[in-house]
This record gives sequence, structure tokens and C-alpha cells, in this order.
Amino acid sequence: MATTTSPATRPTARSTTIALKMVMAVTGAIFALFVLAHMYGNLKLLWGEEAYNDYAHHLRTIGEPMLPYAGLLWVLRIVLLVSLVAHLWAAFTLWGRAERARSHKYAVKKRVRQSLSSRWMRWGGVFIFVFLVWHLIEFTIVRVDVSGKPVPDNPFQLVVDSFQVWWLTLIYVVAMLALYMHLAHGVFSLNQTLGWTNTKGTYARAKVLGHVVAAVVVVGFLIPPLAVLFRLVK
Amino acid sequence: MRLTLKIWRQAGPDVAGDFVTYQVDDVSGDMSFLEMLDVLNEQLNSEGKEPIAFDSDCREGICGMCGLMISGLAHGPEVTTTCQLHMRSFSDGDTITVEPWRADAFPIIRDLIVDRSAFDRIIQAGGFITVNTGAAPEAHSVPVPKANADRAFDSAKCIGCGACVAACPNASAMLFLGAKITHLGEVPQGQPERDSRVVKMVAQHDHEGFGGCTNIGECSAACPKEIPQDVISTLNKDLRTALRHGY
Amino acid sequence: MTETPSRPLVHDLYFEGTPIKDTKAPNVSIEQMWTKREFDAKLVNPSNRRKLSVIIIGTGLAGASAAATLGEAGYNVKSFCYQDSPRRAHSIAAQGGINAAKNYNDDGDSVYRLFYDTVKGGDYRSRESNVYRLAEVSAKIIDLCVAQGVPFAREYGGLLDNRSFGGVQVARTFYAAGQTGQQLLIGAYQAMERQVAAGTVTPFTRHEMLELIVVDGKARGIIARDMVTGALETHLADAVVLASGGYGNVFFLSTNAMGCNVTATWRAHRKGALFANPCYTQIHPTCIPVSGEHQSKLTLMSESLRNDGRIWVPKRREDCEKDPRDIPEEDRDYYLERIYPAFGNLVPRDIASRQAKYMCDDGRGVGPLVGDFRRGVYLDLGDAMRRMGKEQLAEKYGNLLDMYQRITGENPYEVPMRIYPAVHYTMGGLWVDYDLETTIEGLYAAGEANFSDHGANRLGASSLMQCLADGYFVLPNTIRDYLAGGPFKPVADDAPEVVEAQRSVQERIDRLLSIQGTRSVDSFHRELGNVMWEYCGMERTEEGLLKGIDLIRSLRDEFWRNVRVLGSADTLNQSLEKAGRVADFLELGELMCIDALHRRESCGGHFRSESQTEDGEALRDDEHFLYTAAWEYGGDEPPTLHKEDLVYYAIELKQRSYK
Ligand SMILES: Cc1cc2nc3c(=O)[nH]c(=O)nc-3n(C[C@H](O)[C@H](O)[C@H](O)COP(=O)(O)OP(=O)(O)OC[C@H]3O[C@@H](n4cnc5c(N)ncnc54)[C@H](O)[C@@H]3O)c2cc1C
Ligand code: HEM
Ligand code: SF4
Ligand code: FES
Repeated sequence: MATTTSPATRPTARSTTIALKMVMAVTGAIFALFVLAHMYGNLKLLWGEEAYNDYAHHLRTIGEPMLPYAGLLWVLRIVLLVSLVAHLWAAFTLWGRAERARSHKYAVKKRVRQSLSSRWMRWGGVFIFVFLVWHLIEFTIVRVDVSGKPVPDNPFQLVVDSFQVWWLTLIYVVAMLALYMHLAHGVFSLNQTLGWTNTKGTYARAKVLGHVVAAVVVVGFLIPPLAVLFRLVK
Repeated sequence: MRLTLKIWRQAGPDVAGDFVTYQVDDVSGDMSFLEMLDVLNEQLNSEGKEPIAFDSDCREGICGMCGLMISGLAHGPEVTTTCQLHMRSFSDGDTITVEPWRADAFPIIRDLIVDRSAFDRIIQAGGFITVNTGAAPEAHSVPVPKANADRAFDSAKCIGCGACVAACPNASAMLFLGAKITHLGEVPQGQPERDSRVVKMVAQHDHEGFGGCTNIGECSAACPKEIPQDVISTLNKDLRTALRHGY
Repeated sequence: MTETPSRPLVHDLYFEGTPIKDTKAPNVSIEQMWTKREFDAKLVNPSNRRKLSVIIIGTGLAGASAAATLGEAGYNVKSFCYQDSPRRAHSIAAQGGINAAKNYNDDGDSVYRLFYDTVKGGDYRSRESNVYRLAEVSAKIIDLCVAQGVPFAREYGGLLDNRSFGGVQVARTFYAAGQTGQQLLIGAYQAMERQVAAGTVTPFTRHEMLELIVVDGKARGIIARDMVTGALETHLADAVVLASGGYGNVFFLSTNAMGCNVTATWRAHRKGALFANPCYTQIHPTCIPVSGEHQSKLTLMSESLRNDGRIWVPKRREDCEKDPRDIPEEDRDYYLERIYPAFGNLVPRDIASRQAKYMCDDGRGVGPLVGDFRRGVYLDLGDAMRRMGKEQLAEKYGNLLDMYQRITGENPYEVPMRIYPAVHYTMGGLWVDYDLETTIEGLYAAGEANFSDHGANRLGASSLMQCLADGYFVLPNTIRDYLAGGPFKPVADDAPEVVEAQRSVQERIDRLLSIQGTRSVDSFHRELGNVMWEYCGMERTEEGLLKGIDLIRSLRDEFWRNVRVLGSADTLNQSLEKAGRVADFLELGELMCIDALHRRESCGGHFRSESQTEDGEALRDDEHFLYTAAWEYGGDEPPTLHKEDLVYYAIELKQRSYK
């Protein structure tokens, strides 16, 4: 078949699927660093009300008076928001491509090497997104106290009230499992996407790194809610 | 042994296809999978039914012409090509589903035969080193460190069979692409065109309608030549470098 | 047998025609010949090249390299192959390596020595001028391939590694693990694809050439079938190159790919191109034996195994069924070491093959019974294993041993391997002159498709060399001499020769589809293969060849009455493709037998039992047979033999001896 076609326009590196993947990788890396920091902050809960509220306050006053009140926080929020949009845009673009690349599915298809994590990147990501929206509504944008009590002013109290409700903690546990999976493959994947795994050694290490980062984040995130649920923090 | 085969039959590129079930008796373990299909075809021919069309040529695992999805596994349950798969990997009474590679970039021509010319076009886009016959310097003028030469060779082992695409949930051809980029990128002669090569080849890959890679690894698992995932990382790195160099 | 006056009998089979001669090699010393020819060959103005078109059949090493080079020069090239991609031509399967007179090891190699070894290896049945040129350009091939990025094996210092191969005493073989052919072909394929992108080469994959178009005595085009749509296409050009590979598949079982065929060259032969030395067939000693009736092809294992393996069969027939590990040392017959103490297991291919056959004919073959015969001898790595250890053995031969295990299901580290000879290479092919031009003007043949360089036997690692020499360096320089004679008179689409070619192809296809007999194409092919193997294989006799000819004729007759080809012509139809190829094999097979019959000597791969020394060695007859046999197609009449005398100026004729 002598049909030779090539892209009409001169190809650029920017317009390739790999560039799109790099957008995912960079924004994913930003998220990963963010969740690590966020997790670290949450652990302050264990040191009691004062430490936690101080931390929340401190977050808003960093850089003052160079920056306005909550300035850095806003910078961070904007970066995260832009990253989120970019991450989602790239994710859905690639997802759509992949669907079109195999419009006729196999009748029988076995999986050989793919891990649970890698297989759930897309729907897991969607789940994390839904959770994220709820999480922000609950603690930042609207502030909802699921225990039915009036919404307290103080962040520590809101957290404690919330996680004393078992089903909310359960939702968080499930969300953290999803995050584990997403990060375990995601952190490895971003190394691969950025071209840092050119040897068998670096490749194997990146796989381990994914699980380590995911475990640290998820365990760290889960300690405060569980401590609350089991009344270790009141 | 006696086997039941559910085989995809499709009379041409634009007509609908479907599975047809066949029985084959007296299959010996020493037969290759394709020889088993030869036997079935002889059987069909004697019954006045048109034989099943499938591709093969060298039948020794090197030309890359063969390739079937066998019960959900590209090239079947062993790490080898379909022509080198032997029936001793199956047991009496098994039911085997046989499908063509499925990817929109590999349209079906007939039955189990697909059109993989997209791979040729990816090579045309830049999978070469520009040197005219007669223009080459003495072979020993540029030594190549053994480690690089070995990795170049290991990547150049790709036979262009398309199993990586067939196995990939995204129908991505990044393993094929990565293998070529790594082969040419590991030798000194391949350096001058490194940036433009990767950009043109990836662009052609995307243009052909293959999916993007999600680093899942099904490709390497299916690859009869065991091309590893790290060639995709090299591909990514080369693209990143090209990006930095403003390509 | 020899008492029967053979002359009249042979005359029933062929006519003797006028001798032929190569007229293109310049009349200067052999060292200057090629330089002079390159200089004398006319040049084509770059701006005119685009207007000159060349059709190239085949994308193996010969075809792809020619397409790339002619494309680079700016000619308008159309390239054809029957596979779905040019990269899959059967050159891809070559394992061992490629020779070149680089003398990187300073072990006394030189252009002259490579030339000498090739002529000697070919048992003095090749043309000196062509072989010398081959040796001369060999070094440039390596330079080019390295520049293309071909990943040859290297040493720690970063320089190219060499090994010695195929019974020569110098290390001049360049290799890429056991996949040299693949790596070289990928290099040529990529060079060709670069020209596709540049617009000079147009690829036609899944296209099979079914006829040659000859107008006013010149090759001007082909009829090809688009194997996907079934459409018959006419392609016209100023010159045609056939680089369509070898015809070993006439034996049905061979190490060739399923699709290898003689159709392209046979069609040219029928249109007037002479076919030279069709009976010269190389049988490779180390292939994996046949395991059953269903077998579709044979797999080669690199000869390098003979460096470390010892070949034996049981001394007693009763032991043949035993587990070889239970046969004690004193009951084993290491027959090659016994008969050829000097060379032992490393005797040339033809000798190793023939001795294996004798052992099996003697009832001492091993392995499964196929029919009522065991076809196999042991290749035992036991000693090597004890000497080197499993790990080192695996490092050296790992991929081969894995392949063996995959195919046979036996573990070669524990059980001695079984091997048997198989048809591997065909030295014969279209007759060409020094320019690689056939006897049809404007029709060239390159690679395994021509007969030119290997005489009666090809040395290991020299086919890849020949294919690339032809395609990269020789053909592009000689064909320009012809093309410089252009512009050629355009051929009209409805010229009578074109219409006639289209009609004959169509008619043949219609006929194949209309027979609707009872036997499949494969069953005919298998039967032809058996006949060829039995009567025109490793050992040939007058009686056997005559019988073979009879059997082939009646089989051909039955084929045209009783073959069953289902389906239609206007879709992809693999039975139809095969039928066309087998039909041509059925004609070629007869010519091979006639050629083998007429050559009442043994030489290289051609062994006539009537012509052997007292201790069973091949006996050449230089007095009567120092010539190339070039056959002219006779149609319904018998073929005509034209002899090209072989004259040795640079090399002295010797009887080969490996004792
Ligand atoms: C298993 C094996 C191992 C070998 N190992 C070595 C080795 O180590 N060293 C060595 O020097 N040699 C080796 N040889 C021999 C060598 O590989 C071949 O002789 C050589 O590659 C032939 O190349 P070619 O270009 O002439 O033809 P091929 O590579 O056979 O190509 C033929 C081309 O012609 C096309 N074609 C054929 N018929 C038609 C048609 N009718 N219409 C359209 N297209 C057609 C095919 O599609 C193909 O592209 C080996 C051979 C085999 C089989
Ligand atoms: C806290 C939130 C998130 C974090 C920490 C995160 C992190 C990451 C990382 C590190 C990657 C790897 C990038 C790469 O492949 O190189 C990634 C990939 C991906 N993410 Fe997220 N992500 C988050 C939210 C989301 C959301 C909300 C979605 C929504 C759909 C999503 C979908 C995906 C998808 C589809 C991939 C691609 C997988 C792949 O290419 O391997 N992610 N993510
Ligand atoms: S990378 Fe492996 S699976 Fe993909 S085409 Fe090459 S050999 Fe086949
Ligand atoms: S037929 Fe050549 S690789 Fe399978």
C-alpha cells in the first residue's frame, strides 16, 4: 500500500502527545510536592489545638509584610488551580485519544504486567477530583460540619468534629487508597515521562520511589483523622 | 489434542466481521501455532470453505510478519512470536480465541491480517541516519563504547511486529518508537539528527492515530524481543531535549 | 547406469545452443577491471535522472540497497515486495555475519585472499571477474553500514569485532550477535525509507510481480498484482531490476521464508532471460530436524555451533531409539572426526550434510520416525559444557539454544541436540554479465536472484556481502551506463506487448480459479518438495534425476487439472498467491533436474554419485564441465543450453580436499 501521508504542518515538539504527557508529569509533580507538604501540616493536629491553629494562621502570614495577608497561600492556590486545569485537560485529551486509537475492542484481553494502580489512573483521578471538590467545600470554601453541630470558627475544632463521624473518616480512607494508587504509579510515571529512567537501575528505583512517596503521603494523611476517630485527639 | 478455535473472520476492510468456531483434532505439541492453522486451512479447503487469511513469512521469529491476539495475549502465552509459539503451550480441550491486532492505526485487511504501514511511515519521518552510499568514512574512524553499541543493538532487535501496539490499552506505539530512537541515539553517527528525528517521528506516530503512552508496561510484556520500557524513557528524554533546543 | 549412452538421452531433454560470453568486463588486469568499468560507464546528467525510471523487485539486502542508492542519485524508483513492509524481506533471517576484506586483525587477509577463498569455496565454478570485484568493494560495505548506524558487535575498545566463519582461516566476518541479516537489512530499509520520504522511491508493498513486459527486446515494465485488492497493475519503466531472492522453496521445506518464490525470475526466464546453474543448491548441515508431517519450514541454527559441538550417531542401529545420554562413549560414532581427522566437525557444509544423510540412510539416524525414517544426527555440546560451564555456553549460544528448546521442547543443555541438513541457499539464478545485466536488455538481476558470485557452493557470510555489493556499489554504477542511453521511447499503455502481458496474467489467474479440483496447493507443493529432495537433493544420480523429471511432469499435469483454489481474484487470496508460485516451481523443478542430469560431475553443492573419488569425495571434471550452464526457455520445446566457459587467469585450479 503506497499511501504515504504525513502531518500537514511542520511538526513541533510542543504539539506531540509526549509534550502533553510532560504537562501531566510536571503538574503531577507539583501535586505530589503539595500533598507531601499538606500532609506534613496536617500532622500538627497531633500536637493539639494551639499548634494546629497556629500553623493555619502561620500559613496565611508567611511573607508578611512583603506579601499581603494570605498572599503566599493565594499564590499557591493559583499555581495549584492552574496545574489542576492543565492536568485535567491533558488527562482528558489523552484519554480521548486512547479511546479513538482502539475503537473496536478485543473480545478477550488479558492483562499481563499492568498494575492495579496504572489501570486506575483515569477513573481513580476522576474519583480524586470529586473527592477534592468535596474536601474543599467541606473545609475551605463553604465549611460544613457533618456532625450536625454549628460550624466552629476554629479550624482544629472543625476537623475534630468532622472526623468523629465514622462514615466521613471512611470516605477519607477510601480516598486515600485512591490517592495511594494514583501516586504510586504517578510518581514512577513522571520519572519515566521526564526521561529519567533510561537504565534498568533508574527504572527499578523509580518504581520503588512511587510506592514510597505514596505510602508516606497516605499514611501521614490518615494519622490525624484516625487519631480523631479513635479519640486520641480531642 | 483436540482444540476449539474461535477465530475472527472478516471478508474485507469495510465489511463487518464476526467470530466463527472451528474444531481441530490431532494437534501435536510439536506443531507451531501457525502450522496448526495450516492444518485447519487444509481442512477448510477440503470442505470447500475459504481458508483463514493470516500473515507469516519467515516462521522463525525474525521478520515480524506474523502476529495474532491469542486468547487475549499478543503472540500468545509465551514471550515469542506467533510463529514460534508451539502447541505444547496448550492443553487438550482448550478453547482459543484468535483475533487480529486491533488498533485504528492498523486497519484490518482481511480475517487476521492488518495493515501496519503506519510503522513504515514513522520510519520515513526520520528513523534513519542521513548518509549517502559512497559518503561513509572508514568504519574504524569512530569507535563506539561497547555499552552504547550493546544498547543500540538491543534496541535495534525490534522486528516491527506491532505486538506492543496490540497489547497496549491505549494502542500506543511508543515502544516501537522508543526502540528506534534509542538504537539511533546510542551511536555517535546518530547524534546530528537526534533532535529533529524524535520530533518528526513522534509527530508521525500521533498523526497515524496511535494513543499516548501511560507507562503501563503491557508493550514490553508482549514484545517478543523483550524490548524494555526504558527505551520509552530515552524517547521522552530526547523529546524533552528537543523541546529545550526549541524544536 | 553409465553404460547407457547418455548423449541421445540427454538430447531428448535439451538442445545445445551457441556458447555465451560476458562482454562487459574490460580487458585489463583483474585489479583494474572495476575501476575501468566504473570510469567507462556513461554518466547521466543529474537533471535528467528524475525522468529515468527503474523498477526494483525485492526489498532484501540487494533490492533495498539498490533502491536507496538509485534514489539518492535522483532516479525515479519504484520498489516492490510481497510482504507488508520492505523490512521483512528474507535477508532479515541471516544469522552469522558478513565478510569483508578489512584485515582488521592483521591475520593476512586481503582483497586477493577473499577473492581466492570465494572462488575456491565455490569449487571453481564462478566467474573470476565478478568475484574479484565483490572482494574489492566489500570493505566499503562495512564503512557504509557503520555510518548508517548498524550496531555491529564491538570490542571493549570500541572497535569492530570479527570472527572466523565458514571454514576459512582468517577472521573477516562482521556480525551483530546472531542477527546480522536483520541489522543490515534494517540499515538498508531505513536508507530506502529516507528516499521514500524524499520522493525518489515509491514503495509498493503487498505487490507481487507476475509478469515482465518486454518491448523491442528491452525490459520495460512489469505486471504486478495488488495482493490486497487483487487488482492487476501495469508499471512501466526504463529498466527493471530483479532482486527477488532465492528459490529454495522449490523443495517445499527449506530455511527460506514461506513466501520466497521463483516467480519473478522465472517469468523473466520465460521472456528470454537465461537461467544459470539452476541445480546448484546449498544444503545446510545444522538445521532443526523435521518433527512431523505438518511441518511448514525448517529452521537454521548457526553453523558456529559446530565450533563447540561434536556430531555423532550411535554405532548400532538398535541404539537409535535410546535416550542419547544412556549411550556410552564407546558406542558413539563421531563420524566426521573419524572420516576427516584434520577438519573434523568443521568440514564444509556440503560434506557435513552429505555425511549426515549417509548415516541416516544407513539406518543410524536419530529422533522421531517421520514416515519410516529417522532424520537426525546428534550435535553434542556435552564436552563444551564440561569445558566452559553452562554460563559461558549460554553467553555464546544462548539465543540459539533457547530457539532450539522452543521448537523441539528439549533442553539442549541436558540432552544432545538433533540436527539435520536442509536446503538453505540457491547459487543458481538468472545469468548476468559483469554489469549484472541479464540477456534481456535493461533487465538486471542482483543478490541471490542472480547466479554470479558463488559458483557451485557459497561460503558462509558471503551472500550478505554479495547482496550489498550488488545493491550499493555495483548495480548503481553499471545501470547508469544503460540509462545514459535514454531517454527511451515511451511505451503506450495499450502497446501490444503490454496488453498481451496483462492478458496472459489474467488468463492464468482465471484458469487457476476455474479448475476447482480436489487437491490443495500445499499438497502439490509438498509432493514436489519430496520429489526434489529425493532425486535432486544432496546426492543425485542419473537414474534418480530421470525419475524425478517424470514425476515432476506428471505432477505438473495433475496440478493444472486437479488443484483447488477457492475464493476470488479480487480480494486478498493467499491460496491464489501460493498457486501461482507453485505453478512456477513445477516448471523450475524440471529444469533443475535437467541441469543436474547434464552435469555429470560433482562440484560444490552438486554431488553426482557417479562422480566421486575412491573414498567418496566429490570429483570435479574440469575437462568437460568448466563452464556455467545457462539455460534458455524453450516453451513447449525442450530448453537450450548455452555454455559460458570459465577461464581462470588469477587463480590456479585445484581439486578441493578437506582430508
Ligand atoms: C536462515 C538463513 C540464514 C542465512 N545466514 C546467512 C549469513 O549468515 N551470511 C550470509 O552471507 N548469508 C546468509 N544467508 C543467505 C542470505 O541471507 C540470502 O541469500 C540473502 O539475504 C538474499 O537477499 P536478497 O536481497 O537477494 O533477497 P531476499 O532478502 O530474499 O529478498 C527478496 C525480496 O524480493 C521480494 N520478492 C520476491 N518475489 C517477488 C515477486 N514475485 N514480486 C514482488 N516481490 C518479490 C520479496 O518481497 C523480498 O523483498 C542466510 C539465509 C537464510 C535463509
Ligand atoms: C491530588 C491530586 C493529584 C495528584 C497528586 C496527581 C498526581 C499525578 C502524577 C504525579 C501523575 C504522573 C504524571 C505522569 O504520567 O508523568 C499523574 C498522572 C495522571 N493523573 Fe493525576 N494527580 C492528581 C489529581 C488528578 C485528577 C483530579 C485527575 C483527574 C482525572 C488525574 C488524572 C491523572 C491521569 C489520567 C494521569 C495519567 C496517568 C499516566 O500518564 O500515567 N489526576 N497524576
Ligand atoms: S517493540 Fe517489540 S512488540 Fe513492538 S514492534 Fe518492536 S518487536 Fe514488536
Ligand atoms: S513469521 Fe516472521 S516473525 Fe513470525
